[in-house]
Amino acid sequence: MEKNLKQLEIEAREVLQAARDAKELENLRVKYLGKKGSLTELLRSMGSLPKEERPRMGQVANEVREAVEAAMNAARDRIGRLEMEARIARETIDITMPGKVFSQGTKHPLTQTLDELKEVFIGMGFTVAEGPEVETVVNNFDMLNAPANHPSREMTDTFYINEQVILRPQTSPVQVRVMKSTKPPIRIIAPGRCFRNDTPDATHSPMFNQLEGLVVDKGSTLGDLKGSLEIFARHLFGEHTQIKFRPHYFPFTEPSAEVDVTCFKCQGEGCSVCKGSGWIELLGAGMVHPNVLRNCGIDPETYSGWAFGMGIDRIAMQKYGIDDIRLLYENDLRFLSQF
Amino acid sequence: MLVPVKWLEEYVTLSMDTKEFADQMTMSGSKVEEVRNWGENLEKLVIGKILSIQPHPNADKLVVTHLDIGEEKPLQIVTGATNIKEGDTVPVALEGTTLPNGVTIVGEDLRGEASQGMMCSHDELGITKNLIPESMKDGIWILDEKTPGSRFIDALPAVDQIIEFEITSNRPDCMSVIGIAREAAATVGETLKVPAITLEEAGTDWTDTASVRIDDPEGCRRYVARKVENIVIRQSPQWLQQRLMQAGVRPINNVVDVTNYVMLEMGQPLHAFDAAIVARQSIVVRRAKPDETTKTLDGTLRKLNDQMTLITDSEKVLGIAGVMGGENSEVTTETRAIILESACFNADRIRKTSQQLGLRTEASARFEKGQDPELSLMAANRACQLLEELEAGQVCPGVIDVYPQPATPRENTLRPHRVNALLGTDLKVSEMVEILHALEIKAHEADELIHITVPTFRDDLVQEADFIEEIGRIYGYDKIKATLMTGDIMVGGLSHRQKMEEVLKRTMSGLGCYEAATYSFVSPSGVDLIRLPEDSFKRDFVRLLNPLGDETSVMRTTLLPNMMEVLRRNVSRSVPAGSFYEIGQVFYGQLDEAKAVLPLEVKELVMGIYGEGNDFFVLKGMLIHLFKTLGLASPDFERESNHPTFHPGRCANIYVGDQLMGTLGEIHPLVAANYDMDDVRVFVAEINGDAVLAMAKIDPLYKPLPRYPAVVRDLAVVVDKMLSVQTIEILIRRQAGELLEDCRLFDVYQGAQVGENQKSVAYTLTFRHNERTLKDKEVNQCYDAVVSSLKKELNAVLRA
Repeated sequence: MEKNLKQLEIEAREVLQAARDAKELENLRVKYLGKKGSLTELLRSMGSLPKEERPRMGQVANEVREAVEAAMNAARDRIGRLEMEARIARETIDITMPGKVFSQGTKHPLTQTLDELKEVFIGMGFTVAEGPEVETVVNNFDMLNAPANHPSREMTDTFYINEQVILRPQTSPVQVRVMKSTKPPIRIIAPGRCFRNDTPDATHSPMFNQLEGLVVDKGSTLGDLKGSLEIFARHLFGEHTQIKFRPHYFPFTEPSAEVDVTCFKCQGEGCSVCKGSGWIELLGAGMVHPNVLRNCGIDPETYSGWAFGMGIDRIAMQKYGIDDIRLLYENDLRFLSQF
Repeated sequence: MLVPVKWLEEYVTLSMDTKEFADQMTMSGSKVEEVRNWGENLEKLVIGKILSIQPHPNADKLVVTHLDIGEEKPLQIVTGATNIKEGDTVPVALEGTTLPNGVTIVGEDLRGEASQGMMCSHDELGITKNLIPESMKDGIWILDEKTPGSRFIDALPAVDQIIEFEITSNRPDCMSVIGIAREAAATVGETLKVPAITLEEAGTDWTDTASVRIDDPEGCRRYVARKVENIVIRQSPQWLQQRLMQAGVRPINNVVDVTNYVMLEMGQPLHAFDAAIVARQSIVVRRAKPDETTKTLDGTLRKLNDQMTLITDSEKVLGIAGVMGGENSEVTTETRAIILESACFNADRIRKTSQQLGLRTEASARFEKGQDPELSLMAANRACQLLEELEAGQVCPGVIDVYPQPATPRENTLRPHRVNALLGTDLKVSEMVEILHALEIKAHEADELIHITVPTFRDDLVQEADFIEEIGRIYGYDKIKATLMTGDIMVGGLSHRQKMEEVLKRTMSGLGCYEAATYSFVSPSGVDLIRLPEDSFKRDFVRLLNPLGDETSVMRTTLLPNMMEVLRRNVSRSVPAGSFYEIGQVFYGQLDEAKAVLPLEVKELVMGIYGEGNDFFVLKGMLIHLFKTLGLASPDFERESNHPTFHPGRCANIYVGDQLMGTLGEIHPLVAANYDMDDVRVFVAEINGDAVLAMAKIDPLYKPLPRYPAVVRDLAVVVDKMLSVQTIEILIRRQAGELLEDCRLFDVYQGAQVGENQKSVAYTLTFRHNERTLKDKEVNQCYDAVVSSLKKELNAVLRA
């Protein structure tokens, strides 16, 4: 019997080692270890052995069973591995095939540019004020200290609806609306569409977008204006950006300045973007004219303020390298999808 | 304003190169647009004197000339020029010289005669056509007598640098070389040197028999007249011509050139009348009569009105004040005496006159910005001095100066602490006073105030802030320290509505739509193209008085035509498919006709899609998703068959609760045809953006996840083809009761397997109870109730 058991163990090990797939393995399990399998059959015949041999034979039988089971497990692992390898080989794909195309729209490049500007100013404590695109002459010119003969009042500059109503050529009337309705301190930006009587060409559009800012508080200074615009410029164009204030004239600010920033393309070295000067004209700014404060019911002896304005279209064009402003209003999908 | 540097240096010493100077001027407020070189590449030119001109033996249109160029042998040049004569002095380019226009002169044989160089025109030496004196426009540049053989650039001041300044509208005093020199002196820390004026004068005092009367004191504040006799009209000397050309003015003749020179130098426009034309030597300044006409010296008949000021004698009009002289009184070669006018006219009047006549001149450009009346006499004398120096005539003793209300310098005060408070500086009072002095503003400190006397040429300095700016800009904005805002902390951010608009845009991006931006002003024909009825309120446009053209003449009342244009453009450019949206203002005129009433501005959202994969239900799905994202209640869609813009069978109105939010649908074939899109299916939605933003509320509240399993049943029924699925779904939801969690349409089939005029619709019904596992029996009851009422109410047959 012992011999038979050993024989069985040897035979089982051999065939298990040769087994090729899970099905064959299962057949072998049934053949050796199943209810009617060879080992079971042998063990069943243990009853016919003499009583004193039974314990030893039982031990041998257990050893054989364990050995067969171990061989079975080893075979299962081996076959599992083979099958996995076969599957992987079978399932290999051509990863150079194209990915699925997803489509997402975009915000207009002007909106994206404005979003960036807004983010910087909101971080500095500004809120966003809005006003109508069609405005009164009073809000747009008279309250803003524009002389009666100022060229911007001409019909060659500004679109009129009637003598007293215009399409706003700047978002400054929003400042007037805010100053009239809000007690200082005031800290707002006013973005929006503006209109000027310009025939469209590569650099002019009769409609364009502006962002203006206004701060009114006790003790506001030109130094604060410089400092704030410096922070803004660095946020927008990078840490090393410098700004330059050039004296200028605007009716609604005094002192007034035009503000240049170092060219973000060449960092001031001079290139085609800045026409070799190293600087880009970015903003108009200044201390709010005392007449304007007074017109809006704010005492210039108690409060002072500063304001600035910039063209969003121009910033977008410089930022994205767009050479024709008209592209912004054509809405060609092949243009819009680039941003 | 073009300023030749050498001219400027007559009044102020500049000890730096031009670029450095230009930068400093820009930083003190006189912005330099450009620095140009005048007279480049002229070094090799020499002066030649024409000795002889003979016909060319072999060519009718050429002549053979010999010129003295300071060498033993005369130079032979063959030319086709016709404006030369023997004895003329001309610029000569010798063989090998390269001219500013790039042409290199080579010796050549012209039909058998050697030509050893070229006589040059202004044009060939780099002077633009509009500056060339009339007599030499198409010919050789004839110079005054110069030494033959000398270098051209030594013989006349033809080389300089020209600085172009941008002059802001508040600084008319800077529209002159002396005005710029004054700024330059303050900027570089030098003193201004103004030319001393001395006159010889000869003959008898002319004022005994002459007069000037101002009948229009509002139009004319001061009128100075001087007379110059024995006038000899001729070409001005080259130095004067050079100066004028460099400053952008074409030389005419000595008298006119002198008036222009003084205008450029001092900023005072002058005019010379032929004295012989002025009846009884009496000048009357008066308003024009309505419908009066006169011919100006450009030969045009001008129609005048009573808001214009005229210079007349007792009989006739001599000129339009401050704008242009009359043709009748123009200085000509026959002129023997002139009356020189130096006046101060009303800026507003000149501006309007110039506008109404469509006539802008160098004079009107200066008068309309405001003129210093104190300048009139000085400028008249300066012109007389120059006429004497040029030997153009004899200045008569006597000046007529009508100046009823002389200007007085404005007095003002400045609080030094306000200067520092506003600029954020720490300047001493003495520094402030010093800066004011540098600008020729009288200032002294007393009682802790700076007392200021404003010169009459600085009409722009009215109040404290103005002086603070003067101090700031000359001190240097770049020296002002950048500081941070002080005061209370302020929280920035967007309003709820602004945030919702951002979410809207973000969602539209996520839906694959591109944001468009179109003009707020449109063509009034857009509403025709989208077939709006004649009585539509969207035809009550807010109209522009002065539009660029019909295409941009009214404010938009709907974004729909704008979107159609966007789609048309993309279709016509062969973009195969597209999804767009725009959110922006539309404008409705208010009923109230009062003039300062603003139109109502309403925000509208428009969406437009076309191309493969896009249809009505894509657009509908986008809207549902958008509304859901913005937290609106789920919208209802009601068939709309009467909207003229849309396909009557493919259009719906959108409601949230009872509120109409807008319309969506396929564009009517006729509208599509109007936009040249006959072959393209276009789907558009027009939504009330304000309503959407007002309702938007993103406020998610957590609901516990279900703990018990759902039971899912499919239901397919055959119904009448025209029955809307909405009707079926409403019935299902009503009958299935509270256990129904979801009801989703997953298939609609029409065809052979169902009867004609029938369709099969299939739903997945999901049942769930939140507190226990459902029993089959309960679900079956619900399901059966649904089936039987579908059958009873809608004649629906359960599909096996």
